[in-house]
Amino acid sequence: MLAALRHRMHETFVRWALRVRPPEPAPIILTQRRVYVLPTRAGLAYATALGVILLGAMNYNLSLGHALVFLLAGLGVVTILHTFRNLALLEIRPGRCEPVFVGDVARFALVLKSQRPDARTSLRLFVNADAPLEVDVGPQASTLATLGVAATKRGWLPMPRATIETTWPLGLVRAWSYAVPDFNCLVYPAPAATAPPLPWGGEAARGATRDGRGADDFSGLRKHQVADAPRHVAWKAVARQQDGPLLTKLFSGASAEQIWLDWNTLPDAIASEQRLAILARWMLDADAAGLAWGLRLPALQLAPDNGPEQLAAGLRALALYQDGKG
Amino acid sequence: MARANRPVSGRQAWWLLATALAASAPLAQQVPLWLSLAATSAFAWRAALTWRQWHLPPRWLLVLLVMAGTVGVFLQYRTIMGRTPGIALLVVFLALKLLELRAARDAVATALLCYFLVLGQFLFTQTIATALLAGLTVLITTAALLAASDDRPQPWQQLRRAALMLAQAMPFMLLLFVLFPRVQGPLWGLPQDRFSAVSGLSDTMAPGTIAQLSQSDAIAFRVRFQGAVPAQSQLYWRGPVMPAFDGRSWRVAQTRGAYPAVPYAGSGTPVDYEVTLEPHGKFWLFALEMPATLPADSALTIDYQPIARQAVRNRLRYTQSAWPAAIAGEKESPAVLRAALALPEAGNPRTRAVGATWRAQHGDDGAAILAAAESLFNQQLLIYTLNPPLLGADMVDEFLFDTKRGFCEHFAAAFVFSLRSAGVPARVVAGYQGGEVNPVDGYLEVRQYDAHAWAEAWVAGRGWVRIDPTAISAPSRINSNLAAAIPAGEGLPFLARAAWLKDLRYRLDAVTNGWNQWVLGYNPQRQRDLLASLGMSAPDWRSMTAMLSVLCGAVMLGLTAWILRNRLRVDPALAAWRRFTRRLAKRGIAWQSWEGPLAFAERAAAQAPLHAAGIREIAMLYAGLRYGPAPQGSDLERLRRRIAAFKP
Repeated sequence: MLAALRHRMHETFVRWALRVRPPEPAPIILTQRRVYVLPTRAGLAYATALGVILLGAMNYNLSLGHALVFLLAGLGVVTILHTFRNLALLEIRPGRCEPVFVGDVARFALVLKSQRPDARTSLRLFVNADAPLEVDVGPQASTLATLGVAATKRGWLPMPRATIETTWPLGLVRAWSYAVPDFNCLVYPAPAATAPPLPWGGEAARGATRDGRGADDFSGLRKHQVADAPRHVAWKAVARQQDGPLLTKLFSGASAEQIWLDWNTLPDAIASEQRLAILARWMLDADAAGLAWGLRLPALQLAPDNGPEQLAAGLRALALYQDGKG
Repeated sequence: MARANRPVSGRQAWWLLATALAASAPLAQQVPLWLSLAATSAFAWRAALTWRQWHLPPRWLLVLLVMAGTVGVFLQYRTIMGRTPGIALLVVFLALKLLELRAARDAVATALLCYFLVLGQFLFTQTIATALLAGLTVLITTAALLAASDDRPQPWQQLRRAALMLAQAMPFMLLLFVLFPRVQGPLWGLPQDRFSAVSGLSDTMAPGTIAQLSQSDAIAFRVRFQGAVPAQSQLYWRGPVMPAFDGRSWRVAQTRGAYPAVPYAGSGTPVDYEVTLEPHGKFWLFALEMPATLPADSALTIDYQPIARQAVRNRLRYTQSAWPAAIAGEKESPAVLRAALALPEAGNPRTRAVGATWRAQHGDDGAAILAAAESLFNQQLLIYTLNPPLLGADMVDEFLFDTKRGFCEHFAAAFVFSLRSAGVPARVVAGYQGGEVNPVDGYLEVRQYDAHAWAEAWVAGRGWVRIDPTAISAPSRINSNLAAAIPAGEGLPFLARAAWLKDLRYRLDAVTNGWNQWVLGYNPQRQRDLLASLGMSAPDWRSMTAMLSVLCGAVMLGLTAWILRNRLRVDPALAAWRRFTRRLAKRGIAWQSWEGPLAFAERAAAQAPLHAAGIREIAMLYAGLRYGPAPQGSDLERLRRRIAAFKP
């Protein structure tokens, strides 16, 4: 009950504290208005100790005791400013986030940029307070901070609210701020652990090769492209020429090594998420086998091909599949 | 928080050990030897733990050690309350805290313990050296806290940052020190042992009590005269008056505080002065004879001795004035006179006999008997010495007629005894005589070795008359000082004799006095005086708090400005580019922030073909500055000129 109330109050505060309706466009600058400062538990102990020392100094008329308390109080104020300064005006931009499968950890790489001429020390970033990430940002430099978030659902995973805080330099006060960058990670459906074998033949025969870039009979050479499978590099041809470009062998035909991964070939009894999982498994297997594969979803079709681009496109289609729309 | 649970690293442990050492070493004299040794071995253990990366001692052992330490302190002092036991306990806790440094948050606990120990140090001494040492301790503690947050920087870097932060804290300290409304302590009862080791006059005088003081060159009090400093022979600082004699020692009268104001008429020019009295733990105040006014919160005893309402346990400042030629006690009450005549039943027969002769010769003529006594002291050729021989039961007789060597208490006691035996009321007055003017700050410094005892006799028509029997035999004691009166070769405080150190001593004393007056003696009264002299009308806690808030706010603003001094600085090339795109936007060619400069230039050139060349050049320059390999300042200048000249 109490915990729930606290949680709700915290959420209300965060909504107010963010000031911008999330997600925010990049770059997010932690302006002074959105950096908050409160004493830590150690800071409260420090303040209490100062109070006790002041009482003692008053009681015993210790002038130097007064001076000690006042110096330490000044130090407390100064440390508030230093802690605040450590965080204020930090710039946060979303970096890269590689797609992951459900069940993996999505890694959101944030670029922290500081325009200050001195370093920012011991900044802590976290989505979940149990696993903070500690980074420094050098003077007028950027640092990459990668926050892991468990991917539980396929589709776009928006980056959750990140808290960024620091208690540097004395650990007596904590300055913190929140950021919800406009930053999404693509989550592929988890490939099924057990799946029917790859659908050879049948449907596959219908898929005619339109461009002749199959994997069956050798039909010629062309300039190597990054996405071409290394196995198809014409090493002998390359070796014959001096300093020439890499060449890729082209094959024609390929009816036998070209398959269609079709949503509709799966039995009706299989639910759609399970279908997606099976299709994902097939894609991975087909890719590993070097097959050219095509994908048919109820409202989407991907021409047969192979290579990382094809795999990424296929998995993306599965990740973003929506029942009825595809 | 996850961070607070992080284990303490080796570097952090070294820092905390240094902090603990700095905080507890100055207290080594105050705590018992066994505790010093125990703490030292705990520190050594800590060092070994860090050095060898041993495991921390188990918790049960630590609990056992804490209990042993507490019991040890209790057995030592029979209490754990009070000043010294409290500090001893803090040392125990600090030493054992170091042995259980598990998490980073233990660093804060250690630092706080150290702050308390620094305060504890101030209970014993508040000299300039103590303050400097405490400042050093706070510096190390701050560096240790910094290390607890981030232990990567080198020690000198941590110290530098700590010094920077403390320097930034200084303005706050000064403002708070001057303006924080002061409260006169104590707020509650002080432990009994607060003022144990203070030297000074006591309320009894036996042979040797004042001679003991002559070995101390500690300051008893300092005086600032409004006008010229009176002659040395007039500087009799009246302290405890001792009419009661038991055959060996003299003591003060039991009754106290009879007069709320001075009961005798003044005469002559009053001497105005201000005394800064060092704490001596007794009630009496010292006043130049005879007191003309009384300080606040004090009264005059029936024998004209000013006493404070509370024992002087803190350095006390009061203003007073004196009538050097006042006639006091012209109509003295019979009870006081009776007390000033009382003698023990027996003892000192020879002196009694002399007194009886005087009585027979001069009858009730007190002045004549006084003259006779003075001439007796003159004839006896008494020697003033710090090392008088030991005296037996008839000490007055032995001093006057046999050994003839004594210190001021012998002189005063013998003189008063002889007068009483002749029927003249007389009493011993203890106090200080003389003092030295410090040429640096003009204060008269009265030291413990200026302690003195003299006699006071009551003569009809003249009231109480001061006679200094020491002056009869050793006039130089009164006219110059102790060092001049004591034969060479007798032990004296080093500083009382060494002339070549005098100048240095004067300077040091002036600094110490300034420290005492303005730092240690900055009490509610002085605070009000200072603020009034700075132009604050009727300073009270409200106006002080208001002024404090305003000034602290100003300092905060200054520091905040420093903090945000580097706001987001826009790249100068980008700023110039924005000027350029704003100008084009007016022509309806808006730059989109996602658009690269060259692509934008092409689009703009197509829309404004007249300016195509200019637009392309600017875009090229800008792209070179922002994304080129080695941007040059001259390019920036060129970009600015081109943009300034660009008029679409």
